[in-house]
Amino acid sequence: MGFVSRGFKGKRRDVASSSRVPPGQHVVDDFPVLSAGPTPRVSIADWTFSIVGEIDDPKRWTWDEFRKLPSETFTVDIHCVTKWTKLDTRWAGVSLDTILDEVETAGEYAVAYSDGGYTTNLPLDDLTGGKAWIAFEYDGRPLDPEHGGPARLLVPHLYLWKSAKWVRGISLQTEDEPGFWESNGYHLRGDPWREQRYWGD
Amino acid sequence: MARAAVLGRLTWQLGEVAEIVRETPRVSSLVLQVPDWPGHLAGQHVDIRLTAEDGYQAERSYSIASAPEDSRVILTVERLEDGEVSPYLVGEVRAGDQVELRGPIGGYFVWEAGDARPLLLVAGGSGIVPLMAMIRHHAAAGATAPVRLLYSSRSIEDVIYMDELATLSATGMGLKVSHTLTRFQPPGWEGYARRIDGEMMAEVAWPRKDSPAVFICGPTSFVEAAAGLLVESGYDASWIKTERFGATGG
Repeated sequence: MGFVSRGFKGKRRDVASSSRVPPGQHVVDDFPVLSAGPTPRVSIADWTFSIVGEIDDPKRWTWDEFRKLPSETFTVDIHCVTKWTKLDTRWAGVSLDTILDEVETAGEYAVAYSDGGYTTNLPLDDLTGGKAWIAFEYDGRPLDPEHGGPARLLVPHLYLWKSAKWVRGISLQTEDEPGFWESNGYHLRGDPWREQRYWGD
Repeated sequence: MARAAVLGRLTWQLGEVAEIVRETPRVSSLVLQVPDWPGHLAGQHVDIRLTAEDGYQAERSYSIASAPEDSRVILTVERLEDGEVSPYLVGEVRAGDQVELRGPIGGYFVWEAGDARPLLLVAGGSGIVPLMAMIRHHAAAGATAPVRLLYSSRSIEDVIYMDELATLSATGMGLKVSHTLTRFQPPGWEGYARRIDGEMMAEVAWPRKDSPAVFICGPTSFVEAAAGLLVESGYDASWIKTERFGATGG
């Protein structure tokens, strides 16, 4: 046995949900907000979503076109690197499988980019196979700006900084290129089950 | 961008509590001696890990309050009554105890004394903590950038670092502190007595033409309001760095 914090007992969570909570995380009931700067405000009329980079024929959807794509509702657990986990969050969005369906690319990596200049990098494999969405509803209502509305990337199997708020497009890349937090001390991939929080984890 | 301080692998290490400073009825500062501390930048945080006798662990993040020039690591922690870690750190821990931590973490919400732009700091409640590291850094480094702090608290009893802020702003080192007390004001209070608004921000903040550096820290609703007011007043969003916390620090 290693170090013990004298006098610490802790609040144990119930056993039923503990297998769904990654190491170092704790369950919250509210929905904290984290972002590096002011919340961008973008009107639906000006909104577009694009696929660019390693692609012969870049794609672009207006809001109306995007909302006509097949969408789905899904319930997932989300994990923030600041240590909170929220269970059973309900969303609606368009699967990245739908968006990337007809895309031919030599790229194996992606950089999601957002209003306000935020970027985050992911292997393409983390965006496909029913694991990632462009979400536009949370809990049955349009996504609030402070939670990334009108639309955000949602990749719940990775720490939430990968789920870029205010997402406006994805650039396909042949090499993994660190995004905003990944250039500021945070892990390149960010798997919560392997506790990949920071560089070197 | 300040990357140097987070380059290496962040390993868990033990710090010894040298002293505990009661800041307000709900807030204490833990003064830690960390033998192999690699140094930090003003605005960074650490992860704290508590371990119970049966191996159960809980982790939380806390902002560093001490200046990079200070060899000690000072964490200022607000006790959240339904929390798990903060009631231990503010209440159970005493001088001589050891605390497990790793850091420093975060390379974005940091200010370095070489930045000559006028500095605007906006704090809500215990959001003052990382901003205090910047103010202490400014003083210790003898920085020349003028600093304005707008600090919102519920009551005078909730103001953290009250005396130190008064002392630092009296030394002529270019720090101007504006307090607002949103719920209770003592008799004869001459500061602001309301939530931050556009008029207050216009009086306290640097004019847009000064292109200031801005750091805002506090509860989400406070940060949203403050950042929104500054952007509406014409501040470029790229000048503004924010750090938010919900009621989940624990």
